Amino acid sequence: MFDFLSDYNDPSLLGAFWMTVKLTAVSGLGSLIWGTLLAAMRVSPVPLMRGFGTAYVNIVRNIPLTVIIIFTSLGLADVFGVTLGASDFKVQGFRLAILGLVGYTAAFVCEAIRSGINTVPMGQAEAARAIGLTFSQTLRLIILPQAFRSVIGPLANVLIALTKNTTVAAAIGVAEAAYLMKAMIENEAQTLLIGAIFAFGFVVLTLPTGLFLGWLSKRLAVKR
Amino acid sequence: MTEVSVAKEDAAATGDLVVLKNVNKHFGALHVLQDIDLTIARGEVVVVIGPSGSGKSTLCRTINRLETIDSGAIAIDGKPLPAEGKELARLRADVGMVFQSFNLFAHKTVLENVMLGQIKVRKADKKQAEEKARALLDRVGVGTQADKYPAQLSGGQQQRVAIARALAMDPKVMLFDEPTSALDPEMINEVLEVMQQLARDGMTMIVVTHEMGFARSAANRVVFMADGKIVEEAVPDQFFSNPRSDRAKDFLSKILHH
Repeated sequence: MFDFLSDYNDPSLLGAFWMTVKLTAVSGLGSLIWGTLLAAMRVSPVPLMRGFGTAYVNIVRNIPLTVIIIFTSLGLADVFGVTLGASDFKVQGFRLAILGLVGYTAAFVCEAIRSGINTVPMGQAEAARAIGLTFSQTLRLIILPQAFRSVIGPLANVLIALTKNTTVAAAIGVAEAAYLMKAMIENEAQTLLIGAIFAFGFVVLTLPTGLFLGWLSKRLAVKR
Repeated sequence: MTEVSVAKEDAAATGDLVVLKNVNKHFGALHVLQDIDLTIARGEVVVVIGPSGSGKSTLCRTINRLETIDSGAIAIDGKPLPAEGKELARLRADVGMVFQSFNLFAHKTVLENVMLGQIKVRKADKKQAEEKARALLDRVGVGTQADKYPAQLSGGQQQRVAIARALAMDPKVMLFDEPTSALDPEMINEVLEVMQQLARDGMTMIVVTHEMGFARSAANRVVFMADGKIVEEAVPDQFFSNPRSDRAKDFLSKILHH
């Protein structure tokens, strides 16, 4: 029943899912960093930064990811020649996909963290300022550590959504799971089986992520 | 915001540590601080009392600029309060503050709470900071709780840790914003005793409180506020036995006759 799987080597089933994992891990890390910076901008006392953060989030999260990913390739790369230092098309597609995924997911990470910042009582920031910490120290040492702990759950949702969103990278030729699935569906008769295999593959990736982060969120919860 | 800066020699010459001149602040339509003039000398303990909503907490918070002012000037140790940024942070390090709701850093242990400012603001090394933190925690009587998190402590213990955290910065002046108002009655004394000790040690203190016993025994001066104004200033004995203003007489008659 699964014989046809061995006909696929570029990418193989495992190779395709490994690409999915790589896309998820790199863009997950990237969007966590960029999203945190955006959240810092949105709560900063500098109006220009606040304005930029707000505009970024509201524009980017309202554009479909497919549009963003396709235009990293057709727009950034083909029109403006942004190839991110890649020499061949495959590497370029991978890097552009990550750029698009980070840019898009960071908007959601930013909003999750910002809601976390709002759960930290005002008094924490006041006490931090009162002992002479600067704005950035207060944010880094007092506010963000508490904010992160309170939004591990929502961030897990974003990470799970990101894992599944990586399938959009197939649109610019990145050989990840959805790319292989499309090829298999075109060539094979067992459509339902193929659907089940890939659905299962994603559940295997995301279910433990969700359970682990759920556990972590309970463990790290700040007691007040 | 129009800020009239105080002439430097003005404050330094007289040994005044905190000087407020003609300070005004509004919360929307509410004129919460009206032409406040207040001078606190080095080593002086000033207790600010008054009915709720009289602006006494706001007054306390303007001194380290947790609240901005609309007009007037505030100077600490001869230096006008900087507007924002690093200068302000440096000044705040010299002004200890104790809050009604303790505000200990919830994700850090008691010991880390007292070490943080020393390391990040005073750039002390970790070992010295820990030694000093433990000594201060012993001094306020919570030395055995050093490795617990704030939520595991009683209110009175948390407030004493908060005092230790402020003292760790070697402040020139300590501000207390209703430090016992959120405490269960049986815990109020343990906090007041620490404050009494501080006062005896010569710390300059500005204390907003409803504890008249503390005002009587520890204060050099009582400042009575009502409706955003300083109505009366006097030494405690005189204020409690023979208040001059009707507003103060009325206030005292309501709180002392139970």
